[in-house]
Amino acid sequence: MTATPLSARRWRGVPVALAALVACVVAVQFVPAQGYYLNILMQAATYGIAVIGIVVVLGYCGQITLAQAAFFGIGAYGVALGTVDFGLNFFVALAIGVLLSGLLGLLLGVASLRLGGHYLAMVTISFQQILTLVLTNWISLTHGPDGVPGVPRAAIFGISFAGGEAYLGLCLVVLVLITLYSWRLKSSRLGRAMQAVRDNELAASTSGIDIFRTKVLAFGISAILGGIGGGLFAGGFSYISPDQFSFPESIVLLTMALLGGVQSPIGALFGTTLLIILPEWLRFLRQVYLAVYGAAVILIMVFLPDGIWGWATQRLRRTPPAPPEVAPLPLLSVKGEATDEPVLEIRGLAKHFGGLRALDGVDLTVRRGTVHALIGPNGSGKSTFINVVTGLYRPTAGRVSFLGQDITYAAPYVRNRLGLARTFQNIRVFRGMTVLDNVVVGAERPGNDIAEDPEAVTERALAALEFVGLRGDAYRMVGTLSYGHQRYVEIARALASSPACVLLDEPAAGLNMTEKQELGVLLRRLKGHGLTILVIDHDMNLVEQVADHITVLNFGRRIADGDPRSVLDSPDVIAAYLGQPQEKQGSHEAA
Amino acid sequence: MDIALQLLFTGLGIGSIYALVALGFVLLIRAASVVNFAQGEFSMLGAYLMVIFFTGFGLSYFLAMILSVVLMAAFGVIFAGVVYWPLRHRGQLPVIISTIGASILLANLVLVLYGPSPQVLPGVFDAPGIQVGPVFMDSQYLTIIVSAAVLVGLQYLVFEKTLLGKKLQATSQDKEMASLLGIPVATMVLITFAYSSALGGLAGILVAPILFVSVGMGALIALKAFAANIIGGFGSIPGAILGGLALGVVETFGASYISVPYKDAFAFLTLLIFLMLRPQGLFGERIAEKA
Repeated sequence: MTATPLSARRWRGVPVALAALVACVVAVQFVPAQGYYLNILMQAATYGIAVIGIVVVLGYCGQITLAQAAFFGIGAYGVALGTVDFGLNFFVALAIGVLLSGLLGLLLGVASLRLGGHYLAMVTISFQQILTLVLTNWISLTHGPDGVPGVPRAAIFGISFAGGEAYLGLCLVVLVLITLYSWRLKSSRLGRAMQAVRDNELAASTSGIDIFRTKVLAFGISAILGGIGGGLFAGGFSYISPDQFSFPESIVLLTMALLGGVQSPIGALFGTTLLIILPEWLRFLRQVYLAVYGAAVILIMVFLPDGIWGWATQRLRRTPPAPPEVAPLPLLSVKGEATDEPVLEIRGLAKHFGGLRALDGVDLTVRRGTVHALIGPNGSGKSTFINVVTGLYRPTAGRVSFLGQDITYAAPYVRNRLGLARTFQNIRVFRGMTVLDNVVVGAERPGNDIAEDPEAVTERALAALEFVGLRGDAYRMVGTLSYGHQRYVEIARALASSPACVLLDEPAAGLNMTEKQELGVLLRRLKGHGLTILVIDHDMNLVEQVADHITVLNFGRRIADGDPRSVLDSPDVIAAYLGQPQEKQGSHEAA
Repeated sequence: MDIALQLLFTGLGIGSIYALVALGFVLLIRAASVVNFAQGEFSMLGAYLMVIFFTGFGLSYFLAMILSVVLMAAFGVIFAGVVYWPLRHRGQLPVIISTIGASILLANLVLVLYGPSPQVLPGVFDAPGIQVGPVFMDSQYLTIIVSAAVLVGLQYLVFEKTLLGKKLQATSQDKEMASLLGIPVATMVLITFAYSSALGGLAGILVAPILFVSVGMGALIALKAFAANIIGGFGSIPGAILGGLALGVVETFGASYISVPYKDAFAFLTLLIFLMLRPQGLFGERIAEKA
């Protein structure tokens, strides 16, 4: 199998999309100008745009939204009120509606900062309910429950879209453009960031991704798409009322996305069309139609968790092409910089959980080009230490500086952007992504030398995978790798970001003997590559093989620090590890 | 002042309903990590069962009530088996969506059977109520408040003083550990579903004389109960109760002093304010994911 050049892969979708665009425009000419089919297609096209919005926020970014009908409604009311009451041009009114929708979407995104899952679901429902109340009760602005009749269709530069086919053509063109956009979004930097946030927020934040910004953007984009769909809907059907944009409609839109496959805009369009046509076919079900709908949602969740598209693509998946050869990973030590200068300096670091002093005034200096090991028995505060240093916990006291900058209170993604990378004890990879994309997320951390060049990013990621021996698995889903190999993917993700320092949190945990030996070899190769490493472990064998410098923690305090021989021979360390009787330590049973 | 006291009484009455439903919510969240968006439909079904047994079959009020609640408990088990069980290992989102599906299914099934026109259920007592000082205590509101207080007390006793309660608590705190200790976790989860459903059903029966029995009655109650949960602190039992009461009072006062059409908006606004300013709620603790 020949390797596809990297640049060609990025443009694969374009001819397909162009073909679809032409096909749409041609097909529209054959649609009967009036009535039934036109309406169904118009509904499918406008709903489809809003459903793609759900794909972005839920499918890509993993944030549930139950308010898409509200954004659809804001766009629709923007067009309806703008044209009917304020006499604006259709497109001006559409722009206002979409803008408003986008702004409110950003606001919902802000709420998603601290709230996941059910909280977010609730916030979106609240938003949806409040909008419905406003549309129904603010009669002087919205015409109340009677709705707005006589919404005109678009006209610009003397071109009128008032005719059925012309307007449907306009909707379809917009739909195809948005499908193409969202398709490309998925494999863009922002799209990968969204998926990383969806799969593992902690790992995303320590891979340089600003989670807050990513979520807010996802909500914003989703709301804008909802608004565009709604605006076009209002023109298409010329009459709108509040009940068209109520909570049940949000559920309908969500179901369309889930049925088709929330991971893919094409799947979502498929779901949309199906759910618009289906009720027409199932007219005899009129009475129980919504009940069947509800049952369908449960059945989809149980039997088709990835939707129709996900189900079909899993069966049709071709063997991926062999990943291309790439140049070896560049050396990680920067030329001309003095070795031995401190990279990471920690002074008096303390972290208390209530009365528990998990860390109690720890000093530690990691010097450039060295492998520094932090060891200690279970509960000595090692994991707390790495979590405070990478910004996942706020320290109670002390100072952390990295490359001379004070990062004591910096957000995790800020630290990563400065060049501080880490791996996790309990592996945190992005499960919904390929091995390559996992590592690309690392490579495109802002601040990396090649982060702005997509091709160089892919090359760097492949080089990092080559380094850990996984290039051949680049296009596999990361979840299909063994546990040990997933750990290597994490290491490659860190390597690809050209870090100034890597923190390895118990890399040997859960590995068998052979894998541990391989890990030892890998760490020595990394050391040879000039990488500055802080490794946390209690596997003495591994630590002795690689460490230049050892710090020992016990009960949150540093009990030894120095070169490996002297530290490992120190009586305090032996006592801590072998449990010789020592003076009473109180009730410090650190977690 | 007199009006304020009267409003407080009414608010506490409706708040008690929110609290009961919120309690059902919390128990499921704790026992099974399920956020059940069909919780309100439990109340709706309970009320309709009451209509069937009391109005339809002409059973005595209390017999009809007991029968309805028992059937609701059984329904909770079926609900768990269909909506939760197949998805229990797939994370929160699929279960949330599946319960939303269940909520649509149940509401529309009842709609097909009973149509959109609301059914009427009489109150527990024939007497309109009693006058206490400046406050007229409507008998149904009083019943609701007293029943809620008794139920909360009973639940506390069961959870704190009995072995079953301890097992339920253990299951909700750490399923793996509980199962290693020989607690039949699946049974505990099913019991919680049954109890939660029965509680929701009872709340529906109690509130029915005030709100009428309609297909849509569940949705709004559930949304507010859920809001009560978040305001009180997600997963906190006292939080659910106080959150429910507070929400009932806030919206009663809001409707009376500010705007009637936007009555339902006050609950959601309060919720949004809490989510922005104090997302852990009144009693909640901030939970940090462990790295």
